Amino acid sequence: MSTVRCVELCRTFKQGDLEVVGLDHVSIEIEQGEFVCLVAPSGGGKTTLLNAIGGLDRPDAGEIWIGDKRIDNLSKGDLAEMRLNNIGFVFQAYNLIPVLTARENVEFVMHVQGVSAEERRRKSEAVLAEVGLEGLEDRRPAKMSGGQQQRVAVARAIVSEPTMVLADEPTANLDSHTAEQLIDLFMSLNKKHKTTFIIATHDQRVVAYARRIVKMLDGQVVEDISQQPA
Amino acid sequence: MMRSMVIVSRLAWRNLWRNHRRTMIMLTAVSIGVWAMIFMTALMRGMVNEMIRDTVRNLPGHVQIHHSEYRDDPSVVNSIPQPTGELLAALESPEVVAWASRVRVPAVISSERESRSVTLLGIDPARESTISFVADDIAEGRFLDDGADNGVIIGRKLADTLDTELGKRVVIMSQDPDNEIADRGFRVVGVFDAKTQQLEESFIFTGIKTSQKLLKIGDRVHEVAIIGPDFRNVAPMYKNIAAATGPGFSVLPWNELDSYIGTMLGVMDGFVLVWIVVVFLALSFGLVNTLVMAVFERVREIGLMLALGMKPIMILGQIIVESLLLLLIGLAIGNALAWLSVVPLQGGIDVSIVAEGMEMFGASAVLYPELLIADVIMANVIVILLGFVASLSPAWRASRYQPIEAITKV
Repeated sequence: MSTVRCVELCRTFKQGDLEVVGLDHVSIEIEQGEFVCLVAPSGGGKTTLLNAIGGLDRPDAGEIWIGDKRIDNLSKGDLAEMRLNNIGFVFQAYNLIPVLTARENVEFVMHVQGVSAEERRRKSEAVLAEVGLEGLEDRRPAKMSGGQQQRVAVARAIVSEPTMVLADEPTANLDSHTAEQLIDLFMSLNKKHKTTFIIATHDQRVVAYARRIVKMLDGQVVEDISQQPA
Repeated sequence: MMRSMVIVSRLAWRNLWRNHRRTMIMLTAVSIGVWAMIFMTALMRGMVNEMIRDTVRNLPGHVQIHHSEYRDDPSVVNSIPQPTGELLAALESPEVVAWASRVRVPAVISSERESRSVTLLGIDPARESTISFVADDIAEGRFLDDGADNGVIIGRKLADTLDTELGKRVVIMSQDPDNEIADRGFRVVGVFDAKTQQLEESFIFTGIKTSQKLLKIGDRVHEVAIIGPDFRNVAPMYKNIAAATGPGFSVLPWNELDSYIGTMLGVMDGFVLVWIVVVFLALSFGLVNTLVMAVFERVREIGLMLALGMKPIMILGQIIVESLLLLLIGLAIGNALAWLSVVPLQGGIDVSIVAEGMEMFGASAVLYPELLIADVIMANVIVILLGFVASLSPAWRASRYQPIEAITKV
């Protein structure tokens, strides 16, 4: 069974009097453990598709299935529950909670899930070590570099072992070296945990590492290719 | 849910201190507001309670027994027998602190120069000294020795009006039950000062036996005044005494005997509530503004938390907890300030500069603030309840954000 299955997704946005097409009859299937890049120029529909898959936005038409569960018709509360238990998010602008330390940011999702304190502690320490942030557990985001913050975001995304990680332009605010480190991290986590990664990007460094590239234009999938990663 | 509350509370607490200056300003406002609520309430309570105590001490007692017709027609014929049997047992019960029976009739007092209409009270000095003001307020001369004392005690203002003084003789004239004139001469043995001139002009006191003999009423009386432990809680004592009196008696608590003061106590309770609510409404604008600002500044974070799977109800809870934490700290400081400012003033605040105005509505020139635990609890509960209500709007707004719109908000 596919991890993600989108069937004929349509989404339009109003911008003043204009109607902008975000998704135009998009159908796509992504299997467990895939490392997929959604590639498109700005306004091409990659972020819209990512948001729809993540249950952050509702399509106007079509179906979205996560495993055997259809999610496009879930209530707000059920969608929150689905995101909590199935999806890890990494956003472009780090998006950490500034009043929480690195450890607390990583533990946040587990807190909401109701995981016990000992388990939270054990898992957060392990995952922070895995992303190379050992010793920085008690720092708040303001005292960390952009790369470190993005690693905390990655740690938070994977700590509760979600079905998939959705990353929207994760390297956009990083220098080349840090971006490459992050891509390596994604790759190793994908290999080690068999976590599905779906990354919306136009960063060619990221694209080069992907095994599958879904190219989009004007809200449509124009090319879906598999490749040998770099 | 409990585990989620931990993170909600932690976020609320840390967000509270995120903007120190704003939080401190709001805390100062809440603390001063709470202090004002409690301190002003204590002052007003002190003033009204003092008025009530004075009134109660100025003759009514907490409960009075009369002939059923006496209140409409306070004449000599509407007398009652001295308490005996079941009524006496009720008066001697532990819930009664003190009681005294009195002869009380309209009379005319004449000096060699002037005459005035007054109320003649025949009292048992030993009992009366435990429940009313006269024994403590003798300014010249002496109090009555016993019920058979032939002297009379008059107020200072009346002495001035009659142009008489201590040691001089006056004539008191009233009416006996057969409608015959009952009069005799008395020597002024004491002059009393009272808190109001009206009291000094209206009442004169002699021995109960002397007045009974003058009026030819045997050992009958017109009034039994009773004092209980607390003027705010006379109902149990009142009920017992009312049950012990037979037909033909009228038993009334102080707030019905003096409806002005009784009404004032009710008005005071309402006023305290209104005062607390008005102060809080002023505060609530600041509170809501602070919360709206706090929510507005954190739109992206709220969007992020929603995106990560936090339910809207937890966002709502977080903002409400933040508001309640702010209020609880403000309440703690405000309560402490109120206590610290009331306790040193419990010896009394001299407001003699406005004494004449105060006397007009029966208040004394010294205010004794009274910090009632019920008022403190009411202020705290109202602040928490209204604070909760005030925080609902910004909290609701925060919880209704669409995650993706909030997270991309610039």
